[in-house]
Amino acid sequence: MPLSLEEVRRIAELARIGISEAEAAAVQAQLNDIFELIGRMQKVDTEGVEPMSHAQGSTLRLRDDEVTETDRRELYQSVAPQKDAGLYLVPKVIE
Amino acid sequence: MLNASLKELSAALGQKQISSFELTRLFLERIRKLNGALNAFITVDEERSLVQARAADERIAKGAAQPLTGIPVAHKDIFLAKDWLTTCGSKMLSNFVGPYDAHVIERFNGAGAVILGKTNMDEFAMGSSSETSYYGPVKNPWDRNCVPGGSSGGSAAAIAARMAPAATGTDTGGSTRQPAALSGLSGLKPTYGLVSRYGMIAFASSLDQGGPMAKSAEDLALLLNVMAGFDPRDSTSVDRAAEDYARDLDKPLSGLRIGVPKEHFGDGLAADVRTAVEAALAQLEKLGAKRTAIDLPNSGLSVPAYYVIAPAEASSNLSRFDGVRYGHRAKEYRDLADMYRRTRAEGFGAEVRRRILIGTYVLSHGYYDAYYLKAQKIRRLIARDFAEAFGQCDLVVGPTAPTVAFKLGTKAADPVQMYLNDIYTIPANLAGLPAMSVPCGFGAGNLPVGLHIVGNYFAEAKMLNAAHQYQRATDWHRREPAGIQI
Repeated sequence: MPLSLEEVRRIAELARIGISEAEAAAVQAQLNDIFELIGRMQKVDTEGVEPMSHAQGSTLRLRDDEVTETDRRELYQSVAPQKDAGLYLVPKVIE
Repeated sequence: MLNASLKELSAALGQKQISSFELTRLFLERIRKLNGALNAFITVDEERSLVQARAADERIAKGAAQPLTGIPVAHKDIFLAKDWLTTCGSKMLSNFVGPYDAHVIERFNGAGAVILGKTNMDEFAMGSSSETSYYGPVKNPWDRNCVPGGSSGGSAAAIAARMAPAATGTDTGGSTRQPAALSGLSGLKPTYGLVSRYGMIAFASSLDQGGPMAKSAEDLALLLNVMAGFDPRDSTSVDRAAEDYARDLDKPLSGLRIGVPKEHFGDGLAADVRTAVEAALAQLEKLGAKRTAIDLPNSGLSVPAYYVIAPAEASSNLSRFDGVRYGHRAKEYRDLADMYRRTRAEGFGAEVRRRILIGTYVLSHGYYDAYYLKAQKIRRLIARDFAEAFGQCDLVVGPTAPTVAFKLGTKAADPVQMYLNDIYTIPANLAGLPAMSVPCGFGAGNLPVGLHIVGNYFAEAKMLNAAHQYQRATDWHRREPAGIQI
């Protein structure tokens, strides 16, 4: 089932990626080619097959409940686009 | 020195035939001379490298050297290195200086190796040709009109042109093995979990694995000895005893069972690649290996399943690039949502945007079962195929890529054609198995062909043994590109 132009725009909005009209049309064609490739999966009977999310199983390790991280705020914020007094700055969201 | 193996370099350093300072400067001069034409490095910092080289020389003088002490190694620009620009091939990270070292970098630093520079790559490792880099395409030293493969194409070109003796890469769907094949090198993707992903910028977390690239299997073993190791900061790092990956290099191959999957010798395989790979199989038999025909019946589904799983995980991983904490931020915007949209439209290239869109769609409400869950079930079938195959053989052997290196620009406009480059390499990523590529001859245009070797979980030493014995009997890995004056 090919993607409509409207669906392409909706996905781009979900992904928070701006997309122009011209680009949306080009992307639509490419995505439909890719989904045709992906569609080959649907012909295979996978009834009862356990999904595999990971190569090594998925048990998470536990560690002792103690502080392991030191405060490196200044270092990590040294690469921030905009900051002030240890805070990340973004455009105003509440009037 | 430019053609020497890591073992030879280590011996030369130990016997004071050359200092690390001189060796590092030698490779830096090569980079100065050749990088303009090949675009293999994004960042070179001569002074920083030479400071490390001096420290290595002091360590050698004190008698505290390890096998890689003083040897310059280039790193794919996906690994964070403290105080080094780390771009991941993207405009999004064009101003990002690593605040800390990746585990892999820590390991190399601990071993006394010298960081020679950061290598070019497909943007966020998404590509098979190293053409999607924001910093321009990498050229193949064997033919500058051709791609070096990808995504670790900068690392491959650097070694092929003898601008670096060895390099790191990462492999999500073939990104160390396919560029190794297309550039006449040896490259290895370890068992998933063997090399820590800490500080390695994430693409598809259940598939990503760092690995070494070098001229020979013996070099790969020495590099893997440094790179592999448990790291509690990566929740998928495997906690197991350290091993010496070079321990079995000299074992004879008599009795080794090599499985040859007929699915990897079908219509999509170019005749020149087939000829070279068949000759390599015959050579392995001559060395004592026994050839068995095996089936990997679901192999053809690996590309479709991969292009659901990898983009899905990428769309999640790359959501962190929003212009707030690091990286590019759009100059003009109306509000927060507009800042996100513009930042991400400007900061990501076309292929990365495309994959984020695929991933966002397959994970969106109502489609999860049809795509992501379905792909995970197929992933299980592919892993089962290998489990069955390893009941009949020790290693699965075939071609690494369906063709030799292709011309720059010929596949860039057709994503599906580009994706099919990785048809033989992707299954190992989905199953989490170790796999490698070694040079096995030349095809059309006198371009290198790679032999693909897949092992069972944690069978790296066995794979390296087979590859090393093959390289003792052949000299494909010693060939160097014409026009690269040495």
